[in-house]
Amino acid sequence: MFIGLYNYWVVIVLMMVGFYIVIAHGNLIKKIVGLSIFQTSVFIFYISMAKVDGGSAPILADEINQYSNPLPQVLILTAIVVGIATTALALALAVRIKEAYGSIEEDEIQKQDNLD
Amino acid sequence: MKDLLAVAMLLSIYGLLSASFFVAMDAVDVAFTEASVGAGISTLLMLVAISMTGRAEHPSRHKPLLALAVVIVTGSLLIYGTLDMPYFGSAEAPIHQHIAPRYINDSMQEIGVPNIVTSVLASYRAFDTFGEVVVIFTAGMGVLALLSVVRRSPVDIAKIVLFNDAMHERHLILRIVTKIMIPFILLFAFYVQFHGDFGPGGGFQAGVIFASAIFVYTMLFGMNTARRVINQSFIQVLAAIGVLLYGCVGVVSLFNGKKFFDYSALAIDPVAGQHLGILFIELGVGLTVASVMVIIFFNFAGRNETPRNSDKQDL
Repeated sequence: MFIGLYNYWVVIVLMMVGFYIVIAHGNLIKKIVGLSIFQTSVFIFYISMAKVDGGSAPILADEINQYSNPLPQVLILTAIVVGIATTALALALAVRIKEAYGSIEEDEIQKQDNLD
Repeated sequence: MKDLLAVAMLLSIYGLLSASFFVAMDAVDVAFTEASVGAGISTLLMLVAISMTGRAEHPSRHKPLLALAVVIVTGSLLIYGTLDMPYFGSAEAPIHQHIAPRYINDSMQEIGVPNIVTSVLASYRAFDTFGEVVVIFTAGMGVLALLSVVRRSPVDIAKIVLFNDAMHERHLILRIVTKIMIPFILLFAFYVQFHGDFGPGGGFQAGVIFASAIFVYTMLFGMNTARRVINQSFIQVLAAIGVLLYGCVGVVSLFNGKKFFDYSALAIDPVAGQHLGILFIELGVGLTVASVMVIIFFNFAGRNETPRNSDKQDL
């Protein structure tokens, strides 16, 4: 009877995969990858909530009378582009950290910081 | 997986898969964006970053069991939270009752644009979108501040040019095929930009597609050729002009006695005003997104060429 909720469970599994990568890996690039998987899971959450059974894409046409919800799609559309811009910023930070510390592994950076 | 190159490739495939999932969920505009961003640009940026930071991940000394426990507990709490959520695809869900019916029923009379996503994005929620554009602009400026390229001595530049020329001679077929494709990519970007009212598309997608044409050009002909074609400071000014254009449309409607971003003030006929407003807004979005993406890519790639990083051991 709970099978109709499977879309949320897929989202939660993806979200937890991203979360695990962020907390269990020391490599900064891996962490950014984990964050972007987490991010996509939220996108999928919004988009799957917008879907209506038998609905069509929200572009008005004469012979269609059931549309999926356009509002979450608008929010996610802009969020994707904002997401890539912020990911680029994170990657830029990782590159600068590599130049400053010679490593992007969390524990090595911490070790160098402790030496000073 | 310890090889970050493989991770980046898998992320690209994941982006493409989620784009096709969005098509299945009726979100064509979103799918369009995800296909160009998730499968294209993010992979590219990831690869450039990996080429600078090294592609091997060190074996982790963390204890994965603790992380796994945290993840499982959080996941099961979240699943418990979904138990009273509305079923997938149900038309009675609260989300479909609140404001969506108005967008679906009235947007044709009020905005006159068949693509509801465009009319919500550019007109009903123009203020939100303005915020998003400012965030993109700020991120572009952040990358610029972090990675802006240091001036090099002429000897180094000559060395790089020599290296690039040698590389490009080897990829003759690739170079010619891409050269033929680039005008079509640019044309398609313009089509997406101006057809966004009627079909999937709009400023965000068009900006990303336009930028990807420039990326392809840069990858094949080298940074120095690309710098000669595209003036860096011009692109930076263009990014700012996009945001300004967007904001000015709002201010103009304010001066005409309507609310901020109420485009019906722009022409005598309210619907014509809406069309005009959406056209300008999408143009502003497209300009900003395209130029910010180019700024980001140029700064990453330019960083990669500096002599400090040329003695990479991993690649």
